[in-house]
Amino acid sequence: MRELDVVEVTKAIKELSMNSNFEIGEDVLAAFNDGLENEVSPAGRAVFEELIENAKIAKDERVPYCQDTGLAVVFLDIGQDVHLTGGDLTEAVNEGVRQGYEEGYLRKSSLDHPLRRKNTGDNTPAIIHTRIVPGEEVHVTFAPKGGGSENMSRIAMMPPSKGREGVIDFVVDVVRQAGSNPCPPIVVGVGMGGTFEYAAVMAKRALLRELGKPAADSDNAEIEKEIFERIKKLGIGPQGFGGRYTALAVQLESANCHLASLPVAVNIQCHAARHKEVVL
Amino acid sequence: MKKITTPLTDETVKDLKAGDKVLITGEIYTGRDAAHKCFMEELDAGKELPFPVKGAIIYYVGPSPAKPGKPIGSAGPTTSYRMDVYAPRLIELGMKGMIGKGMRNQEVKDACVKHGAVYFAATGGAAALIARSITAAEVVAYEDLGPEAVRRLTVEDFPCTVINDVHGNDLYEQGVKEYAEA
Ligand code: SF4
Repeated sequence: MRELDVVEVTKAIKELSMNSNFEIGEDVLAAFNDGLENEVSPAGRAVFEELIENAKIAKDERVPYCQDTGLAVVFLDIGQDVHLTGGDLTEAVNEGVRQGYEEGYLRKSSLDHPLRRKNTGDNTPAIIHTRIVPGEEVHVTFAPKGGGSENMSRIAMMPPSKGREGVIDFVVDVVRQAGSNPCPPIVVGVGMGGTFEYAAVMAKRALLRELGKPAADSDNAEIEKEIFERIKKLGIGPQGFGGRYTALAVQLESANCHLASLPVAVNIQCHAARHKEVVL
Repeated sequence: MKKITTPLTDETVKDLKAGDKVLITGEIYTGRDAAHKCFMEELDAGKELPFPVKGAIIYYVGPSPAKPGKPIGSAGPTTSYRMDVYAPRLIELGMKGMIGKGMRNQEVKDACVKHGAVYFAATGGAAALIARSITAAEVVAYEDLGPEAVRRLTVEDFPCTVINDVHGNDLYEQGVKEYAEA
């Protein structure tokens, strides 16, 4: 049994919250460069130029890539042979968020209650997804999520008869309806199967995959490709100014499901596709 | 590239067409969800708005905090449709421009045509880049709203694109029409 002081989690979250907001991933930048080269619409290419420039400024000056520095979404994969000491894990995560958002001059966007809507002032509490896994490591992923793209996400509990075509049509339709709202170019995270809530979490986890890497399951990889091609034809383009690159990637994960169900969750991620991970 | 200055006049606005790239210089005001709710409450109570609405441009933005020595943090647009319920009333009062991102509803587009106002998009998410064209920022109302407070921004060559013009054109619709494949 390995002991780990939760203060290490606080430190990790603090660093990750800042770095994820200042530095966009190399995989996302590669996708921007691909768009710059291959987008057919001139207005679309101009958007890619701005995004590349924006990423450079954010990284060099250590300022947020986007002003919406998100709700703090945290994934913790905790090895079952780790004993966490030194206090409450949830509070340790929140303390990291508190420190990172203050020191990094990040925007605090968390409201205490959906209807009372008072800002909590320090971007806490974090949204925490925990899994207990084999081993004695703790994997910490920080994925700040902006409201504009989150608001365009949808879930459907389909009759199984809808099948493959039904799933593809639904995902493409979610992207069509989102249009220019979620700051295209977007990444489309899809969770297929599981239960109602599990599908949504899968869709969010799918966004953490390296951009451009196909799904491990070959059927899923085929569906990703087909959805990607269909989205290209929508014509929305970067920022909705018209073009092919409405999406940078489609990333789909699946799970077992009930014989009566076909849940499909679509989590829309804007080009501010931020996430960073560290292993403790 | 068209250069315009605030406050906007009917002549300036008439000249702008959907798809035009525009650089704005002058003063603009920030306001998003919570501030707009406050604007409506002021108007309902028969009070003045906390900014001169005639010819004004409102920028839908909730900036990140300014680092020491900087006028503002990162400052890209927020999604505009959430302000659709409020915008026509401000347009009727003489507001001439809105900056945001994403589609507007028919009521907003109709109000733009009827009263002569324009909806611009700034590049959503290009927030560090956009902040470079903001040279000063000062809170003018609702300080307690934090990032949602109303600020007067001084801007120099602030880059945006005309989405909805006074002639009823919509760049988002035109773009999709041009590039969509059946
Ligand atoms: S949708 Fe994404 S890029 Fe656009 S404003 Fe929100 S967080 Fe920023």
